[in-house]
Amino acid sequence: MNDKKKINLRQASVPIMFIIICIFCIPLSGLSPKMLINEIITRMGRNAFLILSLLIPIMAGMGLNFGMTLGAMAAEIALILVCDWQIVGVPGMVLAAIISVPISVLLGIFCGKILNRAKGREMITSYIMAFFINGIYQIVVLYLMGKVIPIKHSSIKLPRGYGIRNTVSLLSMRQKLDNMLAINVAGVKIPLLTFIIIAIMCLVIVWFRRTKLGQDMRAVGQDMEVARDAGINVERTRIISIVISTVLAGFGMIIYLQNMGNIATYTAHSQIGMFCIAALLVGGASVDKASIGNVFLGVVLFHTMFIVAPRAGAYITGDSMIGEYFRVFVSYAVITVALIMYETNKRKAKSAASMKLKEAQDEE
Amino acid sequence: MKDKIMDSLREFGLPRLIITGFLVLLLIMAPFVGADLPTQISNIINRFSWNGILVLAMVPMVHSGCGLNFGLPLGIISGLLGATISIEMGFTGGMSFVVAILVATPFALVFGALYGWLLNKIKGGEMMIATYVGFSSVSLMCMMWLVLPYHSPNMVWGLAGKGLRTTISLEGYFDQALASIARIEIGNISIPTGTLIFFAILAFAIWAFLHTKTGTAMTAVGSNPVFAKAAGINVDRIRMLSVVMSTWLAAIGILVYEQGFGFIQLYMAPFYMALPAVSAILIGGASVNKASIMNVIVGTILFQGIVTMTPTVMNNMIHMDMSEVIRIIASMGMILFALTRKTEASR
Repeated sequence: MNDKKKINLRQASVPIMFIIICIFCIPLSGLSPKMLINEIITRMGRNAFLILSLLIPIMAGMGLNFGMTLGAMAAEIALILVCDWQIVGVPGMVLAAIISVPISVLLGIFCGKILNRAKGREMITSYIMAFFINGIYQIVVLYLMGKVIPIKHSSIKLPRGYGIRNTVSLLSMRQKLDNMLAINVAGVKIPLLTFIIIAIMCLVIVWFRRTKLGQDMRAVGQDMEVARDAGINVERTRIISIVISTVLAGFGMIIYLQNMGNIATYTAHSQIGMFCIAALLVGGASVDKASIGNVFLGVVLFHTMFIVAPRAGAYITGDSMIGEYFRVFVSYAVITVALIMYETNKRKAKSAASMKLKEAQDEE
Repeated sequence: MKDKIMDSLREFGLPRLIITGFLVLLLIMAPFVGADLPTQISNIINRFSWNGILVLAMVPMVHSGCGLNFGLPLGIISGLLGATISIEMGFTGGMSFVVAILVATPFALVFGALYGWLLNKIKGGEMMIATYVGFSSVSLMCMMWLVLPYHSPNMVWGLAGKGLRTTISLEGYFDQALASIARIEIGNISIPTGTLIFFAILAFAIWAFLHTKTGTAMTAVGSNPVFAKAAGINVDRIRMLSVVMSTWLAAIGILVYEQGFGFIQLYMAPFYMALPAVSAILIGGASVNKASIMNVIVGTILFQGIVTMTPTVMNNMIHMDMSEVIRIIASMGMILFALTRKTEASR
């Protein structure tokens, strides 16, 4: 019982630290409450879906899926194509989502297969995987698009005739999803439809946990050997969890980009994994345990810090760059601390288990 | 017989085979597409001399079973601190290089010790945490470069009078400090003898160290920690030592890199510096828990060869600069391959 409390306190320590940072920085930033709430709501709609995509691999015991970037890249390719076909607004987004699915599934299967060969070091492998696929993505977007894959409109092509420009404007889709059904509460714009989609996703995840497949994944996450003895196809289950995560990350990226209004073709996906993972961890999740509550708490706290830190930094030191670097540092530090806590806990649990085993043997 | 060939092929690894083949192809193609071979070779030798020690910094940690040192930026930061403080103190010319090494050393030892202590707490998850320790330290130093009281007019922003610039020219300081020693010039080929000798000395020192009693203990810890512990080796201490050595080598490595390159790069520059070094040693034939000096030399030559050859040869051949993409795919593919090897994964 006491142990459980200790673990809870430990998990709560990161959110508490962030609440303190936010309380300290908000007055210094000089933002009005209305502006701040507006920003937080916008960023919540933008990022929550992406972060939800991380939950399933954690459930399957594969840690933080740095390979979610793969889904983001699939979504970008789909959006570029849809943009070229000039299908606008929400239908365009739906079409992009449909196109992104096969690409995400293929990438997910590839990633899952590789991760199965690197059990015990999934995170570093998925991290390197994101870089590797980024290389492939560049080949596709920079060299194949316009040469092999037909791109009609020169507005998104590089002047040399093939390859995509550094930024692709999504003006025709910009905030179309957010503005549909948006309501205004005391000057705060709430993108209701986006939130409904996010809520449905949450329900789907809750439902998924109860299905046979969801239970299998949890069993695999607990102990691969036991799960295998119980007749679960461990490899297949793990691949499915990565595929689901990749597909969801693709959808999340489409929501993210429609809110931003343009695609930074070569950089939009590069940081997305890191920020989503940091946000999830700030919400109190750990490498082997994360809930939907963590996602929302994390989005609010992490993005509040993100909004106010540069301004507060500028106010304190007179240099706006310090705040910029500070928030980057905090994102990395949070991930580092969470990883360290996870590994030390794992070691402790392991040594506790072996102690128990020893005691039992002594008694015999 | 056929099995034997297949076995050795599997041991060598398909990615490595492709990369080596690719480089050989580039070398053969070079004269046909009008690239000047001596210049290319000179480039490769030069870049080898810049990067060799950074790659060498992987060896101790791989030997002690700490895996690939993705935390290389931590050592690089020690080196950067050494370089900037040496310039701040007003040293010039070759002396500034010596002082930079002297100043960087205590930083590297302290950071390395802390880093080693941390890695001892989290055995088994070293590589991921090393990556993020590197990242956090780089982003922390980003703030520090702005805040620390540097005043040398050659390093700080001209207008504000404080905060270090993103790139600092080493002209008048230790630019070419090693490379200019006994430089050999034959036609288009220029060989930085001094840097190569410096690398050779360090490489030999590491090789010799690995054959001392402590060095053998290090290898034992890496190949079988349980056995090593039973043999009375203090596993934690040996691992710590290897991490400190790696960090120190990284600090020296970046200084040597800078003296060849001619500039100090600060802020986000060290961020991804670990990845080329990691892939270089892997291309050279190392694995997650096995690496030799030979792997370092071969790997650096192969990797730098590809980096320097692809832009010129590919540009002349298909008028398309795909070098960046090829570099990413080759190096990341190599790391992925090494991470998925079954033999090491089960360890």
